[in-house]
Amino acid sequence: MSYWTIFGVAGAAVLGAALVFGPDWDLPPADTEQVGYRGTGMFVSRDHEKQVALREANQVPEAPWEADPEGDRAGEIYENVQVLGHLSDDQFNQFMAAITEWISPEEGCTYCHSEDGNFAWDGMYTKVVSRRMIQMTQAINEDWQAHVGNVGVTCYTCHKGNHIPQNVWWLDDDPEPAGGALGYRAGQNVVGEFVGRTSMPQNALADYLLNDMEIRVHSDTALPTGVNTATTKETESTWALMMHMSESLGANCLTCHNSRAFNSWDESPPQRVTAWHGIRMARDINNDYMVGLTPVFPENRLGPEGDVLKVGCATCHNGVQKPLYGVSMLQDYVDALAEKTDTGVPDFESFVPNETEVLAPARSSRLESFGQKETEVAAQ
Amino acid sequence: MLSEYQNIFTQIQVRGPLEAGVELPKGNDERTGKPFFNWLAGWFGNAQIGPIYLGFLGTASLLTGAIWFNIVGLNMLASVGWDPFQFIRQLFWLALEPPPAKYGLSPFVPLNEGGWYLIASLFLLASVLLWWARVYVRARQLGLGTHIAWAFGAAIWLFLVLGLFRPILMGSWAEAVPYGIFPHLDWTAALSIRYGNLYYNPFHCLSIVFLYGSVLLFAMHGGTILAVTRYGGERELEQITDRGTASERAALFWRWTMGFNATMESIHRWAWWFAVLTPITGGIGILLTGTVVDNWYLWGIKHGIVAPLPDLWPGVVDPAMGGSGQ
Repeated sequence: MSYWTIFGVAGAAVLGAALVFGPDWDLPPADTEQVGYRGTGMFVSRDHEKQVALREANQVPEAPWEADPEGDRAGEIYENVQVLGHLSDDQFNQFMAAITEWISPEEGCTYCHSEDGNFAWDGMYTKVVSRRMIQMTQAINEDWQAHVGNVGVTCYTCHKGNHIPQNVWWLDDDPEPAGGALGYRAGQNVVGEFVGRTSMPQNALADYLLNDMEIRVHSDTALPTGVNTATTKETESTWALMMHMSESLGANCLTCHNSRAFNSWDESPPQRVTAWHGIRMARDINNDYMVGLTPVFPENRLGPEGDVLKVGCATCHNGVQKPLYGVSMLQDYVDALAEKTDTGVPDFESFVPNETEVLAPARSSRLESFGQKETEVAAQ
Repeated sequence: MLSEYQNIFTQIQVRGPLEAGVELPKGNDERTGKPFFNWLAGWFGNAQIGPIYLGFLGTASLLTGAIWFNIVGLNMLASVGWDPFQFIRQLFWLALEPPPAKYGLSPFVPLNEGGWYLIASLFLLASVLLWWARVYVRARQLGLGTHIAWAFGAAIWLFLVLGLFRPILMGSWAEAVPYGIFPHLDWTAALSIRYGNLYYNPFHCLSIVFLYGSVLLFAMHGGTILAVTRYGGERELEQITDRGTASERAALFWRWTMGFNATMESIHRWAWWFAVLTPITGGIGILLTGTVVDNWYLWGIKHGIVAPLPDLWPGVVDPAMGGSGQ
């Protein structure tokens, strides 16, 4: 019978080792900050080691140099400058130097521009995407002050030296069910990579940050009235989105909610309002900027289902409640990124890699659109 | 010796000759399996394993239970494309999900949209009820009371509320609990979130009182008996009819420390009722959730059980109000 003893001890040892070394434990100490009224258990805890690593990973790079706003405009000097033509020559070149460090520090200019020195050429998808992303950054800084405030964002907020921001999401059906009559899991019940590695709906981000499925599942009355048809299943989808937000910001539920009444705005910290705008911002970015770019991207830049890589909370936040710890990089690039300039959208379907010379909105040359912007401002 | 005395395992293994147990009345089956001793089992309880009484009820229960287990397991395996590595890696995440709400209470649900869930549930229901009947009949045939069967019945009540009664009242099988490790835990928390925090459900409160009360009673009783084992206190049945020094000392201890003592008999009644009331009250609380009450927090406000808090953030208003929705 000692056979069984050895078996039992070995099993316990394996299980014990899995428990000790398997999970990503946070070793003490942790900083605990009270964020709500005493006795409500509203605390945000942050692990020391993780904070040190995050601090290191979220440093802000210096601007390449201080740009001179005087002199001829870039749009007059260079060809095919559709969005940044209003910058001075020096500002334009400073921004180009910065964006190279932010997105393609190894490949340099040729990640987006032709090797033969024809910088005006639009034949590379990376350049077409960059231009649209600059428009997006301008729109975020102008239209989404409710979320980004005066701190604003730059390309670096998300890219941080990478071609593709490290935290993006795509439609995820992995691992595929067998099909046929067996294996129903309703789009959940596997490790959901984009929903905090929970077993909750793995495409919840598509429901809320691409489509606008109702996030609120609570009833506003104590007793049932038949109005609210949300079930526990919808609640899991909402919760999956919340897990994504929590993981993205390194925050917990209590950062935005008093957990005794998740739905009650009266008891919520102001961060919840900021987050509410953030959800809408991410949804707008995905629909207005990312989805439209789908035909431009080569296959290896799309998700396994052929969809464009999309923006979630982690894309900018990268594990920190205030991206880059609230340092405003935008201050060095106000003229380039703080306001919308040309908002025209070219026909991305018409893009042919290596052949397209100029991909511009149908209506305008740069100067016309520039003038139009001024008229709009004057009209206001 | 501390290591011998304060030990979770039984320290002395008594091994008499292997015994089959008392004769059973006519109409009972033979007990099956050749009994044997197991040292490891002796650490936790009686070292003798078997014989076991299977009979019709036991056999049918195990069979239907095995069918449920296999339906769930095979669906889990299929849900990761028959990949055995993913099956092991993600086992705690996997589940067989109930049908979506659009099918209501229809029994005709496509197999790959929860049909298998309904079939599996039918077998699980049969298995659990057959096992209950087995517990009841075995107790009767041994000349025992049926307390264990009724305690088991209390657990079955909660199980039926979750998987049958509440879905029927809500009008949809989608309300049932998925068969999976993490998914059923997520379901539990999601239910509380959807219905405005079960913390404010008074039957949830009662269930917790009885659950924690059970723990307290178990610790008090277990501690008392272990403490008087040196006087033969673990022979509880003899102590009920003929109180010895162990029982007297145990009673004195509690009468001296809190002025009142349970008896060898009453402590077991207390324990049984606390344990049984845990799922009974819990089941009532679940049954009322979504059917009678839609938001327990607001219900709590209405009935004055929510502690008022100072408004720390008067500036925070729902941004969806007032037309600022973007």
